[in-house]
Parts: sequence; C-alpha cells; structure tokens
Amino acid sequence: MRQVSDGIRSAALAAAVAGAARTRRYGSWYVAEHRFRVMRSYAQTVLFTAVGSPLVYLYAMGVGLASLVDGNLGDNAVNGVSYLAFLAPALLASSAIAVASEEFTYPIMLGFKWNPTFFAMNASSIQPGQIINGIVISVAARMVLTCTIFYVFMLVFGAAPGPLGFVAVPVALLTGLAFGALVMAYTATLKDDTGQLAMVQRFVILPMTLFSGTFFPLDVLPRYLQWIGWISPLWHGTELSRVFAYGMPEPIWLSLVHVLYLAVLLAVGWVWARRLTVRRLNK
Amino acid sequence: MPDPVIVSQNLVKRYQDFVAVDGISFEVAPGESFGLLGPNGAGKSTTMRMIGAVSTRTGGELRVLGLDPNEYGPEIRSQLGVVPQENNLDLELKVRENLLVYGRYFGLPRARVARRADELLEFAQLADKATHKVDDLSGGMKRRLTIARALINDPRLLLLDEPTTGLDPQARHILWDRLFRLKEQGTTLLVTTHYMDEAEQLCDRLVVVDQGRIMAEGSPADLIRRYSSREVLEVRFGSTQNAEVAERIQGSGERVEVLPDRILVYSDSGEKELERMTAAGLRPLTSLVRRSSLEDVFLRLTGRNLIE
Repeated sequence: MRQVSDGIRSAALAAAVAGAARTRRYGSWYVAEHRFRVMRSYAQTVLFTAVGSPLVYLYAMGVGLASLVDGNLGDNAVNGVSYLAFLAPALLASSAIAVASEEFTYPIMLGFKWNPTFFAMNASSIQPGQIINGIVISVAARMVLTCTIFYVFMLVFGAAPGPLGFVAVPVALLTGLAFGALVMAYTATLKDDTGQLAMVQRFVILPMTLFSGTFFPLDVLPRYLQWIGWISPLWHGTELSRVFAYGMPEPIWLSLVHVLYLAVLLAVGWVWARRLTVRRLNK
Repeated sequence: MPDPVIVSQNLVKRYQDFVAVDGISFEVAPGESFGLLGPNGAGKSTTMRMIGAVSTRTGGELRVLGLDPNEYGPEIRSQLGVVPQENNLDLELKVRENLLVYGRYFGLPRARVARRADELLEFAQLADKATHKVDDLSGGMKRRLTIARALINDPRLLLLDEPTTGLDPQARHILWDRLFRLKEQGTTLLVTTHYMDEAEQLCDRLVVVDQGRIMAEGSPADLIRRYSSREVLEVRFGSTQNAEVAERIQGSGERVEVLPDRILVYSDSGEKELERMTAAGLRPLTSLVRRSSLEDVFLRLTGRNLIE
C-alpha cells in the first residue's frame, strides 16, 4: 500500500519476521510438545496398554493358543518356527496399529470440532501443516514406546529368536504411521462423528487384523480373500516384521515392496491430511 | 501521523454464492480501540479472521502491521493476540498449562513463558486457579484465561471477537476493566460486538456493519449525534392506542418511531416533548426520558419498521 512508507514497512517486517522465525522452523515440535503435555494427562492409560497388551496377548495367544497349534503341528508349526515366534511379530505390528487407531481418530475430531484447539494453534504463528506434523511426531513417540515395551516382552517370552529382531520395532512404527496417516486424513474430512469412527474400528481395523496373516499365513486363505492382505498395511508390516524377528524366508524384492508400499501410504496420508487441514482452518 | 496498524480497502470475502464481507474499508491507528458493531451474520467475525491472517480474502486490499496476510501469515500472527468468539482453550490441560503451551507457539523460551504466564494469571485474576482444570472455571474466568492466553506474546494488536457475549454483568465489568487497562498501556484493540454498551465503553471509534457493508463510521458520540438525537422519550399508551396516538404527535421532536409496545420520540429534550404531549391532553400510561445511545443508532441503521 502506497501510503505506508517503505522504511516503516521494512521495520515492521523485520520485527514480524524475527517474531515468526523460530516458529517457522520449529513449529511442528511446539505442537508435539503440546501433545506430549496432553498425553501426560492420560499417561497411565498409555503405560497400562503398553505393558498390559503384550502381556495379555502374548500369554493368551502365544502361550495358550500356541500350545494347541504346536501340539497339533509340532514345534516348527508355521514357517518352521513355533506358533509363538510366528505370532509375536504380527502382534507387535498390531500394537502400533492400535496406537494409531486411538491417536489419529478422536484427538483429530477433538481438535477440529469438539474442543477446537487446532483453530487456537492456527491463530498463533503455527501453520496448519505444522499441526499435522506435530501430531505425527507425538504419536510416533508413543508408538516407539509401546512397540519397544512389546519387543522387550517378546524377548522375555522367547518370541524373538532372530539377531535382527529389534528392527521389528521401526517396522511396526512405519506400519502404524502408514495406516494412521490415512485414518487421520479420513478423520479430518469428517464434519461430525455420527458413528464413522466406531465403524472404522469395527469394519476396517478388526477385519484387517483378522485377514492380514496375523494369526495364520495369508496363503491359508482362499485365493479370493488374499487381496485383503495385499492392500492391508498391516499384512505388509507383519511380513516384514517376521523377516527380522525370526528370519522368515522372503525374496528381497518382496521386502522392498513392503517398505515401499508402507512409505507410499504414509506419504499420501500425511500430505492429504495436511491439505485438508489447510482448507479446514482457512474459513 | 504514525502508520496505521490495519488498512482495509474494499475488503471482500465470498463463499460460493454468499458474500459475507462486501467491500469494507477502514483504518486503525496504533493505540486506538476500534469496534466492528453489527447484528449476527453481519460479517464481523469473517473480517476479524481475515485480519487475523487465518482466512484468505476473496478481494480488496488488506495490510496488517504493514504486511499482506496472504504472504506473511505467521509473521503477522506472531504480533497478534486473538480472543475468538468461542473459547478454544485446551480442556485436557490445566489453566496454567494452557498459557505455557501457547507461549511456545511463538517460539518463546520456556523460562520466559513461565514468567509471563504467572504475570498474566495475576492480571486475569486467576492466580489461585493455576492448577485447576479449565472446565471447572466459570464463563467469565474462561474468557479471562483466553484473554491472558492472547497476551502471552505481548501482542501489538489484540483482536477480540465478542469478548463478553454470554457473560453475567459482574463478569462483563471485570473484563471491561482489564481491557481498559490494556488500552491505557497502549495496546491497539479491535473489538467486534453487538452490545452497544460494550462499544460505548471500549471503542474510540467504530464502524456499524450490516450485511457485509459499512453503514456508518465514527466515534460513539459522533454517531449518536449524527444518527440519533440527544435524548429519547419513550411513551406507552397501551398496544391498541399507540398507532392512533402516533398519528396525532407526528412531527414532534426530530423523529417519531412507533413500535408495537411503545412510541419513541427523538428530541433534544425529552422533558419538553413530554410537557407538550401532556399539554395536548395526551396521558401516557408510562413515560421515560433517557439519553440516546448507540443502540438507537444501530437500530436506525440496521433495524426495520422505521418511520422517518
């Protein structure tokens, strides 16, 4: 505008640029910091599920169910390993999915609608994309915690015989985030929750867990059902997890496909969620 | 004259086929307290969001602190404090935590944010509530916390969107007092409201907005002088009689307005009008002489059913 003299304008500009410089660079981390503080208010739940679920699942499935499977099929029941060793890496990947299904649904709905903190963030120097980044960072941290604890229990139960077993933790992280980013983007499209999120839980996550080679290898299924596994991020994550946990034989190209597929889902979900957020916050 | 904090020229916001803001132009000087006054749906909040650099304008020119919000969103927002219409405090965090988290969004060091948070809790009279849940606060307290949050970065411009809507009289007066202090300290305020008393209390200058357009601009006293009279006489003759009496007193004062339940006579002296009425043999059931207010201006400019 012409009446604003250039000198004053550049002084105002300098002050404003300095004021926003740190946020432009670290804004995503500030959002993550906020999320950590919120998570602290339900830290007990986070820890309880992180410790409780490996304990319950590894014991009930891996020990209880395993005795049945191994009893029928012998000690090298599936893939040449015990049923517990076969199952544990899949449950590890599932535990990341469980975190994703919690943290990428209701907190997103909350931030846009029920307790619109995203609008508050956006009124500061924070940009919409940074809100999404910050959430991904904070959920990733919770996933790492949950999956690491799970892996420790796998070691305790003797369910991770391979020397590279720990790599299953980052694999689970990638799996959880790949699926989670899509769920986050979907949730960001919802104007209202009229049961959609419960439907995701019941008709996406549960069937995905059942048909992703979690409890039995995918090739046990009839051919016309196997596609569910191929599109399921959980199947790709589970297979990769097994490769590292007990050295499941798999051609290298297939392992690369797993990584690539998960990376693509993550990228698509992340970018989509960021775009939706930009649009939704710009009213 | 110092450079204006806000310059809006022919500002437009269009949603598909609905025009929310239809060519609004005004300027706000540093240290000024400026009001956007208008009924619900007038386009006040939309204007506020565009100035707050969170809503992209459809047309016109806008400069906030000399910068274009389209290009310098985060930079402008780093200099603003925003009190939105709906409190959006984080209900999952404690009172003080809300300030800590928010201060970080401006890239301020933790120690400085902590110090500032304590000062602001004092200022907002919430120091004893620091560790309470936000949900346990009353409406007025939540509002004060939202204002405290908006001040965490020492903003040069404070945007207040209907700051006291829904608050009880005590809470409103406490809030006005706090805002008045900020004004005294030289903070530039931009306030939207549909409360006339609020506008008269807080605003040096204001625009009356209706259907996305500016209907009038000036100081509260200015507007009253221009669009109303010094005093207003309100008389009631009973709902069946009002219209008939109004016929007889047409031409009294500067203007007569008939409402279903009463007649308003706008005049320099309400008492004189009443005397004249009594002299003419008219006996109102009730009568009231009051000072003219922004409300009269507002209804004149945006209201319906007016006889002029």
